[in-house]
Amino acid sequence: MAEPLLELKGVSMSFGGLACVSKLDLFVGEGEIVSVIGPNGAGKTTLFNLVTGVYEPTEGDIRFAGESITGLEPHAITRKGIARTFQTLRLFLNMTVRENVMAAAYGHTHAGPLRSMLRTPGQRREEREIRALAEKRLAFFGERLMGYRWDQPAYSLSYANRRRLEIARATATNPRLLLLDEPAAGMNPRETQEITELIGQLRKEGGYTILVIEHDMHVVEGISDRVVALDHGVKIAEGSFGKVATDPRVVEAYLGTGGMARK
Amino acid sequence: MPSNYDEDLTRRPEGAAEASTAQGPTSPAVGRDEWVARHGERVARRSGWLGTLETRLHAVPWWAWLTLLVATACLIPVFSDSGYVRRVAFDTVVFMLLALGLNIVVGWGGLLDLGFVAFFGIGAYAYAMLASDQFGIHLPSLVAIPLVALIGFVAGWLVGLPSRRLTGDYLAIVTLFFFQLFLTFTNNGDDVFGHSFTNGPNGILNVDELSFFGRSLSTTTSQGQFAISYLYAAVVLFGLVYVALHLLNESRTGRAWRSLREDSLAAELMGMPVNWLKLLAFAFGASVAALTGTLSAALNGSVFPQDFAFPLLITIYTMVILGGAGSQLGVVLGAILISVLLEVLRDPGDARSLFYVLVLLGLVGVFRLSRRLAVVLGGTIVLGFVARSVAGSIDDRWTAGVPNGGGRLASWAADWVIVPTQLAGWIAPATYIGLIGLVLALTLLHGWLRIALLVPTLYLAAFVWENVMLAKPEPTRYVVLGAILVAVMVVRPNGLLGEKRVEII
Amino acid sequence: MAARPKRVEPPPDPPPALRLSTRLAARLDTFIQLTLNGLTLGSVYALIALGYSLVYGILKLLNFAHGDVVTVGAFIGFGMLQLLGGSTDPAVPVWLLLVLITATAMAGCAALGVAIERFAYRPLRDAPRIAPLISALGVSFFLAYSLQLLFGSEQRDYDAFSMDNGALFFNGFSIGAVHVPLLRIVIICAAFALMVVLWFLVNKTRTGKAMKATSFDREAAAMMGIDVDRVIVFAFVLGSALAGAAGVLSALRVPTYPSAGFITGLKGFTAAVIGGIGSVPGAMAGGLILGLAEAYTQGYVSTKWSDLAVFVILILFMLFRPQGLFGRPDITKV
Repeated sequence: MAEPLLELKGVSMSFGGLACVSKLDLFVGEGEIVSVIGPNGAGKTTLFNLVTGVYEPTEGDIRFAGESITGLEPHAITRKGIARTFQTLRLFLNMTVRENVMAAAYGHTHAGPLRSMLRTPGQRREEREIRALAEKRLAFFGERLMGYRWDQPAYSLSYANRRRLEIARATATNPRLLLLDEPAAGMNPRETQEITELIGQLRKEGGYTILVIEHDMHVVEGISDRVVALDHGVKIAEGSFGKVATDPRVVEAYLGTGGMARK
Repeated sequence: MPSNYDEDLTRRPEGAAEASTAQGPTSPAVGRDEWVARHGERVARRSGWLGTLETRLHAVPWWAWLTLLVATACLIPVFSDSGYVRRVAFDTVVFMLLALGLNIVVGWGGLLDLGFVAFFGIGAYAYAMLASDQFGIHLPSLVAIPLVALIGFVAGWLVGLPSRRLTGDYLAIVTLFFFQLFLTFTNNGDDVFGHSFTNGPNGILNVDELSFFGRSLSTTTSQGQFAISYLYAAVVLFGLVYVALHLLNESRTGRAWRSLREDSLAAELMGMPVNWLKLLAFAFGASVAALTGTLSAALNGSVFPQDFAFPLLITIYTMVILGGAGSQLGVVLGAILISVLLEVLRDPGDARSLFYVLVLLGLVGVFRLSRRLAVVLGGTIVLGFVARSVAGSIDDRWTAGVPNGGGRLASWAADWVIVPTQLAGWIAPATYIGLIGLVLALTLLHGWLRIALLVPTLYLAAFVWENVMLAKPEPTRYVVLGAILVAVMVVRPNGLLGEKRVEII
Repeated sequence: MAARPKRVEPPPDPPPALRLSTRLAARLDTFIQLTLNGLTLGSVYALIALGYSLVYGILKLLNFAHGDVVTVGAFIGFGMLQLLGGSTDPAVPVWLLLVLITATAMAGCAALGVAIERFAYRPLRDAPRIAPLISALGVSFFLAYSLQLLFGSEQRDYDAFSMDNGALFFNGFSIGAVHVPLLRIVIICAAFALMVVLWFLVNKTRTGKAMKATSFDREAAAMMGIDVDRVIVFAFVLGSALAGAAGVLSALRVPTYPSAGFITGLKGFTAAVIGGIGSVPGAMAGGLILGLAEAYTQGYVSTKWSDLAVFVILILFMLFRPQGLFGRPDITKV
């Protein structure tokens, strides 16, 4: 088997006395879409924070594309090719839609302050490229984030459009691995269906490897090659959706003992 | 079916046009969708001529404003022969430059730098050391000025290093510490291991004038007046700095600064090195301040530790906040307004005129030309005369005083305001505190109660201004600055020209 | 910044009869004297630090204006003193004089604190962190220069030496060769008494407990039915009243001047950070530690560097142990 794109080996993380993640082993192969499920407090967002470098694990190692990224600064990890969205949206609200996406191109562009002040031909060309990149990433979402919308401030967007913008922004960093934190949160069934298709499209057209945290089982069922279930920071099940969803430990984690399996 | 989760922030619900795009990428109904979505913008615009004016002003490109500013500054010597006016113009340009520098740190970086004035001082002292007899070095200005800018940049970088670990308020303390260090060093630098670096409180004297291409610019004319060449040098520097910073802000770096101001965690995770960017903001701000320091040192011909004190810091902050942190044009406007204000407040006669003019303008601004305005104005004027005659009849000395300073309005003021020959010790604090209390109470009241209270408040304000504040111009100017700073932050935090921001909710 | 006054420290001469003839005894005397200085200074700093801690605990705001509130307290005390006849010939006995001065200063400063919170901080409660800080700067500046406008920039103190013909200085007791004037005892005891009252108010009353709850999680406290606005006002009232007392107690010994608020506030803040900002016992401990540190630096090193030394201590703590000696490290969830 080829080396997985992302690999966590024995990763643990605790706050004070509370162990958020305990000796977690996880891997994501290139081109896979893997879903992480689990009740609230299971450590899913902590997992994302660990992978993106916001937290440093108290033990264990995280490897991306063959090299260790444990202990690196978040922006360095992003430059290596990992991008994410947030459970509670974190857009640059007062900036325009286009600017939000252009900002994310910082990591793979190089015009420094001096060149910017002098407006060298190289800097101007790079600006055009960044702009074109942003427009391309926004075009992925069809008409919703197109045209006049590009110059509107991000706070004027609807909730669903904000979620889409966040994904567009993340893709502008040219990542290999996308971490989507509850992309369907707060969406109605029609939008949820769209998101499900979108995630598939992201892999097909963008070639991204995707790790998704999601609560909505329809989405999980629709997108996942593989599902990982966490509870209290520990992996309790792994496999195809069908296998995990019916695993008694998973059911117990969500519903407690004496509950009925969710379908 | 239209989704109500997909409602953009407009006042009216979305039309069917939006729903048609919901099925997937199809071309939108031309015009209608965009018109609906732009509803919010139209509502935000003011109505009538003010709105049209605002839109037109917004459409003016930035460089047009800059050209206007530069042209006005350059034309001042044409319209006024007075050395005093030219000197004030120079000081104002210095303030404008300092405001631009602080804008980088506070407005673009969102960092509270309380040591900013120390960089101004470092620039002045560095120039003084590089172009005077202090160490026998006399670098020509074209070498000294960029060198000092570089020194400022490095100093800013070093001071900014602790900002990586510290949050907003703690960072403020660290920068304040640095300011204290600077003051200690300049004040006590006359005996460092037996050598004098900064000459302590005596300062460094005989600093070289600016010299370009071998010719030095005299700081005074043959009649001993302020030399306009320095005004032009300052304006040129200002123009260059403004343009350079504008270009920097409209680039990848500026975008990153804006992002980090919006949400620094998200910015970091989108690949922007937040700590490095903060350091950059610090360093650039310090560099601009240091650059300005050279101008100041060269013109004054000397540097003293007391030139770089805490009141100067608050002054520049007030300029930036009033004008609108984040907007270059805004902070420049703020600098001009505050600089002029401070000059006017120097002379009690002018200060008096300013007070009455501003109060009148304020009343007209709040009440427009309405009956309420007439009531307030009339009531205050009547109250004044009545109060004064009552006071005068009780005791002659209560109204026989001479108003501070001269000026056109002095005699009129004496006929309307109670000006005693001597102020009993307790009156000044009592009326002052009473005035503050009344003003604060006014902000809590509404309707006719507010108008009723406004009348005695205005008269009391005139009394306090005449008798307490005009007597001491120096603390008065700082009291006014402090009040402006608080008032702007509370009422309109984005200042005059800053953009209205939506905070993360 | 205005020129700072030199410390006026009347060196008490040890009664000759008790002076030991060895250098060690002299050193011990100096040490005792300095410790006494430190405790006196420190108890005042503790009062100021408590004000910072109470406000920071709830609002996570550094109240820059707090130091100036202390100075206002001192000046209110002056006013009251003049009203009651002055220090040489007061209309009431000395002990009553001191009580009245302190009470007025505390009341006045409490009112001032409420006004500051209501008009300069409350409107900015949900604004980005930098906004109330700038507002605080403005308030601080406004207060300092208002005092200068009204009272001039000269230094002044309560001239406690004249009170009751110097009774506050000549009475007292002795430790070895060191004379402990009554004044110092009064200051230290008053400060401790106030701290005890504060401790009681914070830990044993409902509002005090509400304050603690609000400092942990403001939203949750509000959802539990706590009137957050009232609790915040309570914190400001307590903190500012203590500041007023600190101003009076300080001015009994050391001259003050309108712009003293800056350096006073800084020292109080340093004490709060040393002890762990947000922690009430921490503020008390921090105040004492700082007072002692400053006294020892003044005595053993030089007075010129003592202010800078305070600043350096602050910076070191902030960089290397921001939670202070008794605080807990701040854990923020992302």
